[in-house]
Amino acid sequence: MRDIAIVATAQAPSRTATTLTTPELLVPVITDVMARLAPAGVERSDIGFWCHGSCDYLTGQPFSFVAAVDVLGAWPPIIESHVEADGAFALYEAWVKIQTGEVDSAVVFSNGKSTSAPADLVMALQHDPYVEAPLWPTMTATAAMQARACLDAGVVTGAAMADVAVRNRRNAMNNPLALLRGDHTRDELLSSPMIHDPLRSHDCAPITDGANAVVLAAGDLAASWCERPAWIRGIDHRIDTQRMGARDLTVSSSTMIAAERAGVGHGRFDIAELHAPFTHQELLLETALGLDPEVTSINPSGGALCANPQMAAGLARIIEVADRIHDARSDRGLAHATSGPCLQQNLVAVLEGA
Amino acid sequence: MTDDVLRIRQPIGVTYTWSAGPGSAAYLRGLTEGKLIAGRCPTCNQVYFPPRNGICPRDGVLLTDDVEIGQAGTITTFCIVNVPFLGQSIEIPYVAASILLDGADLAVQHLIQGCPVDEVHIGMRVHAVWKPESEWQATLASIAHFEPETDPGTGGSDRIDAKATNRA
Amino acid sequence: MTAEAPPTTIAEDGSFTAPFELSYPYSRTVGPTLSRFLTGLQDKRIEGTVGDDGRVFVPPAEFDPNTGVACTQWRTVEATGTVQTWSWQAEPAEQHRTETPFAWALVLLDGADVALLHKVLVTSPAHIATGMRVEVVWAAERHGSILDIAGFSPIDHPRADTTASTTADTSL
Repeated sequence: MRDIAIVATAQAPSRTATTLTTPELLVPVITDVMARLAPAGVERSDIGFWCHGSCDYLTGQPFSFVAAVDVLGAWPPIIESHVEADGAFALYEAWVKIQTGEVDSAVVFSNGKSTSAPADLVMALQHDPYVEAPLWPTMTATAAMQARACLDAGVVTGAAMADVAVRNRRNAMNNPLALLRGDHTRDELLSSPMIHDPLRSHDCAPITDGANAVVLAAGDLAASWCERPAWIRGIDHRIDTQRMGARDLTVSSSTMIAAERAGVGHGRFDIAELHAPFTHQELLLETALGLDPEVTSINPSGGALCANPQMAAGLARIIEVADRIHDARSDRGLAHATSGPCLQQNLVAVLEGA
Repeated sequence: MTDDVLRIRQPIGVTYTWSAGPGSAAYLRGLTEGKLIAGRCPTCNQVYFPPRNGICPRDGVLLTDDVEIGQAGTITTFCIVNVPFLGQSIEIPYVAASILLDGADLAVQHLIQGCPVDEVHIGMRVHAVWKPESEWQATLASIAHFEPETDPGTGGSDRIDAKATNRA
Repeated sequence: MTAEAPPTTIAEDGSFTAPFELSYPYSRTVGPTLSRFLTGLQDKRIEGTVGDDGRVFVPPAEFDPNTGVACTQWRTVEATGTVQTWSWQAEPAEQHRTETPFAWALVLLDGADVALLHKVLVTSPAHIATGMRVEVVWAAERHGSILDIAGFSPIDHPRADTTASTTADTSL
């Protein structure tokens, strides 16, 4: 296996209802991420591979990802790819591409243009198209069913869910890119009405537009492009069955398998960024990953609950960990990204400073 | 007994609010005013019409200058449509063409009318024929079609602009 | 190029915005396993397949999700079952084909081991609970679709008519 590291990152602030198109959302982050490498003399022509994560249904424009290639300055022609998924899964593709030895570096970028349509409804289309999607089960409806299953099973409580929101929003007060932030109490949040019984507003991530990008590089190249690269020491992703009823919604089996394969158990983590768009999911992930909030700072950025550009919020988790390794606030961090209803698919990455 | 189900109809549809973005604003406003506004790249000086989200695909930078371009141009390629299809609103046969407008570096697609289809040729000079001003909207359909220039003196010779052939 | 432009508005930054509907009239072939299931629904019969570990899947699994082994054995299950978990849709969307709030639920049908995702037609979240017994409400017109089941209703709260007025026509 080749040593591969994240050597630069860039993120746009999370916003509601931006007028920008997909390419316009991406221009600043691609420009910024390349500017980070300018001191090392890196130019776009030095990049071996470009990989994009986004979702056409959210954007409302078939093949919208093709227009995004304009942003890269793709002349002479470049090697690029797109995943109809979160940018975290684009990062996985780029990581594999570098592992093959075909290229030594990659830019991974993603964008969420989630506010053009009712995203909750659009995401119903990720279900089985024969016996589930015709009912239009919304993202929040299925997450709410999962939350109730967890409440009934006693693996979470309403108070613990509110505490997750309190902690994330407090952490987001230090994150200028976040959309939601603030100092709340558990009781204050629990006194708000149910918006999707049993979920209250604070249990659900906001729907936001945003974009981000990272640069990956292998071995000596990474060390020459970045003073303190964030080395990807393990990365894996696994998926649960698409059939809702066949899953135990009170555990995240695929996260546990991915964690084991990524080497999560080989040491303690300073920080963990978990892609949990709903409060109860953060608690399920802590259990699946064996994290102790007393030992590991969980979601120091405020997480997806405070800034949730869909298809970019997973890559944002990896970026938040990488940034803290780059500036030596962390030596070992865990990043998680999810896709599909109720934590169906899960990616786990272990990042280290040395 | 009922017949076996072999197919299901599963129409999907969602209503969106589409924003064309600030990079296309000047172009679209121009079409409501009878003007053709393109975007120029500050790096390579290429002039794009339409302005492609206000981004130069060669350099990946924002187009910084809005420039008004000519309403006449040269056909770089075309096809004659003889096939009827669902939703067709123009009488066949008709000509769809790529037109390199004077001052632009990117051809735009539009209809050619005003001459028999078998007279259309690559290199032909054409100019925009707008709909009545009351029908101008933020769409390229504000131009009804392009037709051959009547006065050869105003449009230069009937040939392919050298730029057009060098942009492949 | 001659289509009417939709009504546009201009944002503060000069962007032109307009509403539009993106829709696809998909027609899907269902394959032999789902064909049998959907054909049964038209006749008010619910059938599932048996997985590699003996679990009965409703709707039928074509392959066992754990082992990938093809499921070839069939079981007919009851039109009654138990709510495993649920959530409340207070404001249905147009796509939900009703203006009346309803519950989403995973319903474990009697005789099945894997729950079915569907709706429970109650008027308030106070009228549903985990563990509640429910029965199928059949659509009046059935065309071989999961929507042939209009939803479920509580068994302990009998309805005057257990055939709903909604139809299974899938047009939006």
